[in-house]
Amino acid sequence: MSSNPSIVESINPSSEPLDLRARLGEVDHSMRNPAMLFLVSAVFWLLAGTLLAMVASIKATNQDFLGDSEWMTFGRIHAAHLNSMIYGWGNNIIFAVAPWIMARLCKARIRHTNILIMAGIFWNVALTIGIIGIFKGDMIGVEYLEMPQYVTPIMLITYALVGVWVVIAFRFRQSEHVYVSQWYILAAFFWLPWLYTVAQIMLVYEPATGVVQALANWWYQHNLMGLWLTPIALGTAYYLIPKVLGRPIHSYYLSVVGFWSLAMFFAFSGIHSLIGGPVPAWVVSLGVVSSVMLIIPIVVTAINLHLTVVGAHQEGWASPTMRFVVFGAINFTAVGVIGAMFSMRHVNETTHFTHFTVGHAHHALYAFFSMIMFGAVYYMMPRLLEKEWRNPFLIKAHWYMSGMGAILMVAALMIGGFLQGLQMNALDADGVPVYQFIEIVDNTKYFLWARSMAGLMIMVGHFAFAMNVFWMIFSPAEPDKVTEPTLLASTPDQA
Amino acid sequence: MKSLPLLFLGIFFTLAMSWTIVVLTPHLQMSDLTPASSDLADDQDNPIGGAVFYVDGKPQLGKNIEGDDTFPVPLVGEAQRGKLVYESMGCMYCHTQQVRRKGFGADFERGWGERQSVPRDYILQDRVMLGSMRTGPDLTNVGTRYTEEWHYQHLYNAQITSRVEDKISTMPPFPFLFEIREVSENFGPSPDAVDMGAYNPGPGYEVVPTQRAKDLVAYLMNLKQDYELPEMKFSE
Repeated sequence: MSSNPSIVESINPSSEPLDLRARLGEVDHSMRNPAMLFLVSAVFWLLAGTLLAMVASIKATNQDFLGDSEWMTFGRIHAAHLNSMIYGWGNNIIFAVAPWIMARLCKARIRHTNILIMAGIFWNVALTIGIIGIFKGDMIGVEYLEMPQYVTPIMLITYALVGVWVVIAFRFRQSEHVYVSQWYILAAFFWLPWLYTVAQIMLVYEPATGVVQALANWWYQHNLMGLWLTPIALGTAYYLIPKVLGRPIHSYYLSVVGFWSLAMFFAFSGIHSLIGGPVPAWVVSLGVVSSVMLIIPIVVTAINLHLTVVGAHQEGWASPTMRFVVFGAINFTAVGVIGAMFSMRHVNETTHFTHFTVGHAHHALYAFFSMIMFGAVYYMMPRLLEKEWRNPFLIKAHWYMSGMGAILMVAALMIGGFLQGLQMNALDADGVPVYQFIEIVDNTKYFLWARSMAGLMIMVGHFAFAMNVFWMIFSPAEPDKVTEPTLLASTPDQA
Repeated sequence: MKSLPLLFLGIFFTLAMSWTIVVLTPHLQMSDLTPASSDLADDQDNPIGGAVFYVDGKPQLGKNIEGDDTFPVPLVGEAQRGKLVYESMGCMYCHTQQVRRKGFGADFERGWGERQSVPRDYILQDRVMLGSMRTGPDLTNVGTRYTEEWHYQHLYNAQITSRVEDKISTMPPFPFLFEIREVSENFGPSPDAVDMGAYNPGPGYEVVPTQRAKDLVAYLMNLKQDYELPEMKFSE
């Protein structure tokens, strides 16, 4: 398992010749405005989504909270939270980070960035209208696709305007070698519009017959995670870890295996969410098998990333980027293993229809995806703005609050959900349910309070993050001052 | 990766293959499902008890018995509009509409259905909301369990119907689907007015469901899979 030396050269900062460094500076400069537009939008949506999540979480235990308002009813807040987070925070931050990484790896200056800026404005306007549509009552009863049909075509077109620049950067790349991050980003930008278009047609514009809708919905939902957010997050991790640590990825071969097995198995696995449902049994079995097979890419990628980091833990701990990225990468493994376990029919019998699933979703979307994206922001912003982070304490606050909040939230929901499922299915000797439904609702409440606590911690973290981002943006540039990268702990060199 | 065409082909085929197998194939498999009578008949019009009968050892699909009711039944009028209310309020985030088979979970024992839900139950729905979460009970057969009055009370404030001692329901209240108004001096209380128990407004006032509440309750009253299908009989 030897690594490919040419790839090493292309990513290792210490082997970069001087003119390359200058060229990367040019790439950064060309991406500065569009990337910052998407990044700032993403931060706003993150805060909005967090507030909505808090409201929804409080409502889950205190149903009278804001109960008189139709706009604030639980179902709509929940849908608004979900869509702000996925399409507001998730997609905006991807549009900020992924084209930038692609441009850097291709060493291609992005021209005509005003088209990207236009796309950014349209995307966010459409999204805002869509979220208002949900509040107003135009919500579509399809999970993850709740935004009303009058905004989705605009979103698809603006998406295409972003995607096209990724393809253009790739097409005119100045580097000979195509690095693993480039495969992931290229593939993701190809998969999402396809997924989104097919799902919109089959579920909203020309709804398919009966439960085919449920199949299409879960195919979309899981692939949105597996073929859009996951490849982008992994591509980002594959880019940032070697960059920060100054050492190559452990094995080229393992990254190839990880990439293809992820694409192969993730695309089928969503149907495990319909275990026991009114769909053909063979298609559910296929979902279960591929969910278990997902262990392969997860273990392979985990080994590859872990062996890259191993021995450099002190440098990693000092870097804000590495803290977030490694936390995300560890949770990628955890979420995959847990996902494979509860895809088994007998475990699923208990966890299905409970808060366990909600915990799993937050595990994947927050503890894995969002944390890696935070890491990317900590790496990207100083390079785009040529300034340093203003306050290491705010970074630490963000790290501890988000990290601990994520762990508490996932643990509360998974344990609470598992107990909920056990109580739901418990029968006495005569085949009569042991617990009344209302008792289960009552018993689950304690875990939902813990979830609200975790949400509060995460909210504090997000406000610290936002404060630091805006502080940095509005602080004056000091081009002559030599700045040091922001470190959170002393590195071995300093010690 | 050395071979870019291979990369592109791979990216294309992974998603194309999954869509074909996971979505398109079941679509084709289920595309000929139509409403069916509870029992099917063979070519001599004799009931056959299942979905197929055999001629010379070869399976043949039975046909609907003429004159029998066929299921599922389409939603009409208020119930059809009520489904849009159900959808726009996000009811599906806490309620499922699918019953698992007896022995897998306790759906049967909790009285949520007499049998497992099957694909044919959903063929007439233009929006299938199976749901993925049971914060509240399954609603597949909620139309068979309660009266209309119960539903109005439950929607106005779930504590009226579902509170047990200190254990309160966490279902959100929907007071905005109702109107609180003064009792008419000339005509007396409205025939639509619902008694809200502890949540009644002061004397001289009454709670009257709006049209949306009526639609939603009509929809809920229509939620039932209380019929047998050729491929799925009631569980013992």
